[in-house]
Amino acid sequence: MFNRKRPLEPQPRAIVIGASSGIGAALTRKLVTEGYIVAALARRARQLQDVCAAANKNAAGRAIPYVHDVTAYETIPALFQQITQEIGGLDVIAYVAGVQLPVGLHEYNFAKDEAMVKVNMLGAIAWLNEAAQRFERAGTGHIIGVSSIAGDRGRIGSPVYNASKAGLNTYLEALRNRLTRQGVTVTTIKPGFVDTVMLENAPKTFWVISPDEAAAQIYRALRWRLQTVYVPLRWTLVGLALHHIPSFLFRRLSF
Amino acid sequence: MIQIDERRTRGKTAVLPPDKLERVWAWGGASSGMCYVYRPTTTEGLQRVFELARQSGRSVGLKGGGNSYGDAFMNSENIVLDLARMTRILDWNPETGVIQVEPGVTIEKLWQYILGDGWWPPVVTGTMKTTIGGCAGMNVHGKNGWQAGPIGEHILAFDLMLPSGEIVTCSRSENSDVFHAAIGGFGMLGCFISLTLQMKRVYSGYLAVETAAPANLREMFELFHAHVDHTNYIVGWIDAIAKGDALGRGDAHLAYYLPPGADPNPQLSLSLEHQQIPDTIFGLIPKSAMWMFMRPFMNNVGTSLINTAKYVAGRVGSGKRYWQTHAAFHFLLDYIPNWKRSYGPGGLIQYQPFIPKENAQEAFGDILRTCQKHGLPNYLSVFKRHRPDDFLLTHGLDGFSLAMDFLITDGRKPEMVRLARELDAIVLAANGRFYFAKDSTLRPEVVQAYLGTETIQRFMALKQRCDPKEVLQTDLWRRLFR
Repeated sequence: MFNRKRPLEPQPRAIVIGASSGIGAALTRKLVTEGYIVAALARRARQLQDVCAAANKNAAGRAIPYVHDVTAYETIPALFQQITQEIGGLDVIAYVAGVQLPVGLHEYNFAKDEAMVKVNMLGAIAWLNEAAQRFERAGTGHIIGVSSIAGDRGRIGSPVYNASKAGLNTYLEALRNRLTRQGVTVTTIKPGFVDTVMLENAPKTFWVISPDEAAAQIYRALRWRLQTVYVPLRWTLVGLALHHIPSFLFRRLSF
Repeated sequence: MIQIDERRTRGKTAVLPPDKLERVWAWGGASSGMCYVYRPTTTEGLQRVFELARQSGRSVGLKGGGNSYGDAFMNSENIVLDLARMTRILDWNPETGVIQVEPGVTIEKLWQYILGDGWWPPVVTGTMKTTIGGCAGMNVHGKNGWQAGPIGEHILAFDLMLPSGEIVTCSRSENSDVFHAAIGGFGMLGCFISLTLQMKRVYSGYLAVETAAPANLREMFELFHAHVDHTNYIVGWIDAIAKGDALGRGDAHLAYYLPPGADPNPQLSLSLEHQQIPDTIFGLIPKSAMWMFMRPFMNNVGTSLINTAKYVAGRVGSGKRYWQTHAAFHFLLDYIPNWKRSYGPGGLIQYQPFIPKENAQEAFGDILRTCQKHGLPNYLSVFKRHRPDDFLLTHGLDGFSLAMDFLITDGRKPEMVRLARELDAIVLAANGRFYFAKDSTLRPEVVQAYLGTETIQRFMALKQRCDPKEVLQTDLWRRLFR
């Protein structure tokens, strides 16, 4: 029933990957409120169901749950086609899934590192490659990658988390350079501190916003087809500062 | 609470090649959908596509020339079977005028093939880019709708491939229920793989044409009433912007076949070279660039100016008689290539209601006024006469139709939708009908109302028989029947 289309009343379609909590859940709610049909993907079935049920209350659009583990890469091409068929199209894809595992200052744990790279980077590549290929042929579409300000520099507390997000940033930038000329927009979202489970591992926090505020800002980036956006916006200043701290100072800092 | 269906999240096995994915545009350019497009050249190729659809759990929509204004050939996220490469003429008998063609043969190829032998297609569309398969699926009409009926009346037989791969031969005597439903069945029962049609004998490459310029809607109707008995073609153009006493003013072209002997040199006029439409306008502007000159006038003010100029010119030239080639008279829409691009990036849609003759004048008056009230006058309206026929989903009736082109932009869409709702009500109240080839705005309840539950049930029963797994679908099908 979601594949019914009226030519003069287009209803936008989106996929949100990592929709069971935090920014992904909030973005799903926001998009559904704005009238989108959203395929909401996450690993945890119960949380996902709750998110979709809550989002669908009195909403203009509709969230449809799909249980999926982003590290099951081989299932992605078929699932991507299945979803686009079931929801009747695709205008926006948002990759929000991400993990940050607590790593001690002297800890080198490949199992943790691998888990972060697999979810934060390889999962994103597996999904967004599918979307990029499709949007390139469509000559339109919007790809949103939720990365992190943590990807801007390598820091002592989380080398591989930083690296995975840096990899994601560079991948998204390359996609943008490839696809802008095809009419496709690629937005990199760099959240600072957003009040989600991820913050539980953060030692000290400031300028924290709620996931719903973050989702509202991501939606604005979608509407205005922005390229790279810090969320909240004032983190642009932090980003600017981070970028300009010279290495001889940075390696002596303890964050 | 939404239950998560396990089957749903497993992913199906057959992935279709992403490089088959194409953005398919409605002819009017107001909407599009991403479809996996296959272009077979043989019936075996067709069968393979249906097989692929079964394996991948996808539906199949049929596409001919892609000239339907809306979503009639679109099948978003599913397979589109483009028949435009099945273009063989299988048999032609210049003695009897019976021709057998594959579905992708265009009207263009058809008339060019037979004209030299002194034949012309009995029904042609306003563009020659349509395919015979598409024309049959939509049961198209021409400017002689009240005389010749729709194209279905000239189809003697066809072979239909069902989604199972089975081939069924249909005619008025064999599988006649399928015959009368597949013609006009917008590709929902099966795929035509060959069609046999009767052509019409002509004795000259020319038609005798006469012009008139009715000053309002009443005069337009009077003109049609006065001439339907003795002309072969009539088509009216209406200035949809003119108001008040001038409401419904426009011009009209009447045409007659020449009797044997009237043309001193039929050999010459029936030759292809003689029928070619010139490629410059005023011998100056290349036609391929003409749409760019039209672009600035595609707004309410610009069209008002153009319409007035056109009406005045028509008035001055009214009553003129001349000979015109068949191609030049019929294929007005090909006269300016890419004219639709003058409507800009939002494209256009068409709304074409058919209204019984006793209610037509009042209803069309209401329709024109309603469009004006909404600030959405149409920029091209074409007025034609029709008659009833015995095809199941027919749009034909003893009355008139007005085909109206509306410019679409993102901003105009909501207003256009509201306008279409109001127009639907006028048409239904006047016992009118609609035409799927032109539709972008209908809703299931409107289709139910004009076709009637019994007709729809009969069609559904045939669908169940020919395509029980509902493999054949389009966006239009899902929008109006699901």
